[in-house]
Amino acid sequence: MVAADSLISQAWEALNKVEDPEIPVVSVVELGIVRDVIERNGELEVNITPTYSGCPATQVIEEMVIEALHNAKLEPFKVNTVLSPPWSTDLISDEGKRKLKEYGIAPPEDESIDKKALMGEERQVTCPNCGSNNTHMVSQFGSTPCKSHFKCKECLEPFDYFKCL
Amino acid sequence: MNQNKSLYHAVLHLGDNALILGHRLSEWCGHGPVLEQDIAMTNISLDLIGQARMYLDYAGKLTGENKNEDDLAYRRDVLDFKNFLITEIPNGDFADTIARQFFFDQWNVLYTKALMESKDETLSAIANKAHKEVSYHQRWSSEWVIRLGDGTAESKEKIQRGIDDAWMFTGEMFTQTDEEKALVAEGILPDAAALKAQWEEEIKRLLSEATLVMPTDNFMQSGGKEGVHTEYLGFILAEMQYLPRAYPDAQW
Repeated sequence: MVAADSLISQAWEALNKVEDPEIPVVSVVELGIVRDVIERNGELEVNITPTYSGCPATQVIEEMVIEALHNAKLEPFKVNTVLSPPWSTDLISDEGKRKLKEYGIAPPEDESIDKKALMGEERQVTCPNCGSNNTHMVSQFGSTPCKSHFKCKECLEPFDYFKCL
Repeated sequence: MNQNKSLYHAVLHLGDNALILGHRLSEWCGHGPVLEQDIAMTNISLDLIGQARMYLDYAGKLTGENKNEDDLAYRRDVLDFKNFLITEIPNGDFADTIARQFFFDQWNVLYTKALMESKDETLSAIANKAHKEVSYHQRWSSEWVIRLGDGTAESKEKIQRGIDDAWMFTGEMFTQTDEEKALVAEGILPDAAALKAQWEEEIKRLLSEATLVMPTDNFMQSGGKEGVHTEYLGFILAEMQYLPRAYPDAQW
């Protein structure tokens, strides 16, 4: 019999390798999609949470999580979807944010900053290419439900900003 | 059981609003006036369809018959749909779509905020999630009302007409069925009638900023929640449901 803590750490290890299908530089763990891994009577339970309601990747991610746990031979396991508390961009780890930036997507700023932007105040988003704060929002909707479309006024490059929720 | 049936109807209503308006907005895909706005409308469509899935998944569980969200979206007919009429009226031109979205978003922001306080844990969880997304929608449609209203003579005329035409479909958002009133009393649903004053105030403020005239007509259409729909819903369902009905077990 495998000890519970090693079962759980094996599960985390397997989940750390599951990449987001749209942004393959960050894992579903770094994005905060995996909420919890617990063990109950020898069975693993993995709780995952949907990000943006309309994200078409949600279902794919669930299938990838199941596949990763299966490949790591961690049966029996159960994957649950939990809605509450809702997923928020605050759940993205610092490492995840760093990788997003490196990939060319401006990571979400602190949520409170974004609330101000929502009330019509100027939002400060740093250009992931040149680091300038002199940026401008072209559209709050972008190429996927999780992104807004920005342009840098310094280097003139367009870029995606990971939308705060 | 009765409480369960009332709750089922209420959740269906919320899911149907999101599903039908989401479908309507998806019709703009590839037809938007400029690329960014095409993307905006289809993003909002995706959000709404995602929210519809959460509501309908919950409604399916309330039936006790193991129904899923697809059964409810694709295997019900017009009379069983409970969406507001405003969600099914045709897109018209861009200004008509903005006007419809503007009225609906202002309602949705207030409603989901109040629904977060529901004693029903699932509804509260869905509302918590939906509210943040809906706030983005509201900001977008309000900005467009202001931009078109305070824009050129032509854009102003078009958005004023859109606002006037959609107005008679807004009354329904603040009426409640007897079933809903019982759920309000139990703290499961927010009191929609109580949201009306705040909704009107917001609409009035934004229309004034847009230099537009607030409609004053008191005649309101209703019937959506009772399954009495406009002729348009049947056409939406015909398109939306064709494939799953013709090929019931089709898979991607």
